[in-house]
Amino acid sequence: MQFGVFSVSDITRDPVSGETPSEAERIDGILKIAVKAEEVGLDVFAIGEHHNPPFFSSSPTTLLSHIAALTERLIVTTATTLITTNDPVRIAEEYAMLQHLSKGRMDLMLGRGNTAPVYPWFGQDIRQGLPLALEHYNLLHRLWREDVVDWEGEFRTPLQGFTSTPRPLDDVPPFVWHGSIRTPEIAEQAAFYGNGYFANHIFWPTSHSKRLVDFYRQRFEHYGHGTRKQAIVGLGGHAYIAKRSQDAVSEFRPYFNEAPVYGHGPSLEEFTRGTPLSVGSPQEVIDKTLTFHDAFGDYQRQMFLIDHAGMPLKMVLNQLDLLGEEVVPVLRKELAARRDPESADAPTHAARVKAKYGDAPARQPRPNANRGDNVTGASPYQDSDAAAEYPEI
Amino acid sequence: MTTQNQFRVVVVSGGTSDPSSTRMLADRIADRVRILAEERSESVATDVIDLRELASEIATALVSQLMGPKLTRAVELLGAADAVVASAPVYKAAPSGLFSSFFHLLDNDLLIAKPVVLAATAGTARHALVVDEQMRSLFAYLRTLTVPTSVFAATEDWNSKELGERITRAAIELLLLMESGFAEQVRGESWKHYQHEYGSAGGTELEIDLSSDLMRLATGGSRAKRKP
Repeated sequence: MQFGVFSVSDITRDPVSGETPSEAERIDGILKIAVKAEEVGLDVFAIGEHHNPPFFSSSPTTLLSHIAALTERLIVTTATTLITTNDPVRIAEEYAMLQHLSKGRMDLMLGRGNTAPVYPWFGQDIRQGLPLALEHYNLLHRLWREDVVDWEGEFRTPLQGFTSTPRPLDDVPPFVWHGSIRTPEIAEQAAFYGNGYFANHIFWPTSHSKRLVDFYRQRFEHYGHGTRKQAIVGLGGHAYIAKRSQDAVSEFRPYFNEAPVYGHGPSLEEFTRGTPLSVGSPQEVIDKTLTFHDAFGDYQRQMFLIDHAGMPLKMVLNQLDLLGEEVVPVLRKELAARRDPESADAPTHAARVKAKYGDAPARQPRPNANRGDNVTGASPYQDSDAAAEYPEI
Repeated sequence: MTTQNQFRVVVVSGGTSDPSSTRMLADRIADRVRILAEERSESVATDVIDLRELASEIATALVSQLMGPKLTRAVELLGAADAVVASAPVYKAAPSGLFSSFFHLLDNDLLIAKPVVLAATAGTARHALVVDEQMRSLFAYLRTLTVPTSVFAATEDWNSKELGERITRAAIELLLLMESGFAEQVRGESWKHYQHEYGSAGGTELEIDLSSDLMRLATGGSRAKRKP
């Protein structure tokens, strides 16, 4: 079981101090948050992707490779990478590069993005968001598994004899989570490829997220990747912790009340009752998080949102201390005790290398000498496996 | 017509005072439906959704994605209803914002084909066409079957015999539409031809069509039909 924090990268005015951090301050702050996440014993740090203010994270792989360099154990990932407005070829290249630089300490989560004006900036149309996401992933999947790809689809210019470089580290593609709130097609795609499924699990009651998680588990089994229990599920969550319950509520309330998306709407109490949000003592946050396990069964990754709505850096770092020292160790113990041995382990590069090669050495692709026609040969690599694996269509 | 039919009618009232004339008008219609049904050996169970009690949950749901418990219950009642009596006060030449907001929050497919009596109250007869010109289009969007007679009551109507007659007309129309089983049949035979989203119809629409074009694309194929 992996625990981590995910940030949407919003730069929001602190409603208590009235200060809005500069982009430079917030970017600097996010590095401290990520490094601290490792220090307090968390496993994962994730950043969103946005192409409009007030967000800073337009280039997640640049940020994440820097974080990977500052840390030793932390898995860096996204929440989410836009599979719609990004060219899947660029995603294949950039994330493979990140995989090499982080020595496999990375994965990524794919999402569609719901800001309509962003799409045309990248030559796309939000009304085609779902087919775009599905088709782009189909291509991305092949780019990481086949040395040479011929491809033609509805949305992107065709590819002939294209090799995405660098090839994935150890020739094991980065692990992919498909994030979705209410789209069965995304859950189906995750299940079809045997990838992970991530439910944002912040704005809706747990029962809402459970429907598609259950569907994904059933389809994962249907496609022969393992049993329902072996499907790989990640969940979001949203917490504010203080030693004393009443302090948590009074400290968090001004940020809650002004938060983008749900601020000025439901009361903190209504939102806590109706959604996975937990605001309280470490024990209260532990108790609420364990209800996720009651609903979803064993799952592989729990992410918490702790840095949004203008919360100052000091407050966020304090949250990480409490999360790392008082909440996560208890959750690890409790969830390990409940865990069915049949359930899948959380995905790591090392485990995926082991699954592919056993004890044999991993493939290390070495390109042929440049003859000036590298794009026309059967393979640009000396040791290519001619029969690449990808699903039958 | 079969006897011993039991119908569930849900009254939605946008009245804000207690007692409210908007609620009274809705109650008169619902009561008329019940009496007419009993004359025909049928029975009607009526539930009332008084929107004033849901006002803060409606406001919350409009600006966030959180449906409070009362709103959730109201959606359940409407989803299970055989017919609806929807009654709004007219403010500024339009049905009240509270009333309209409530219906804006419902899934587009929650009320498909259900018979609805539209009613409104106002301080002046100059608002009389609000029901037919504004409310009827909202309920057309929701694919409901509004009865031909709409019921409008301005201050001067409350003591008029004609209002009682219009209520009776609307009530009979509603009862006959319920008896016809039209809504059930449309939903039974043609549900899939309407637009739905996963989890729509108040969380009851959970069918997943695995053979759609998009599902083919999701599983590595292409959206266009495969060439032979």
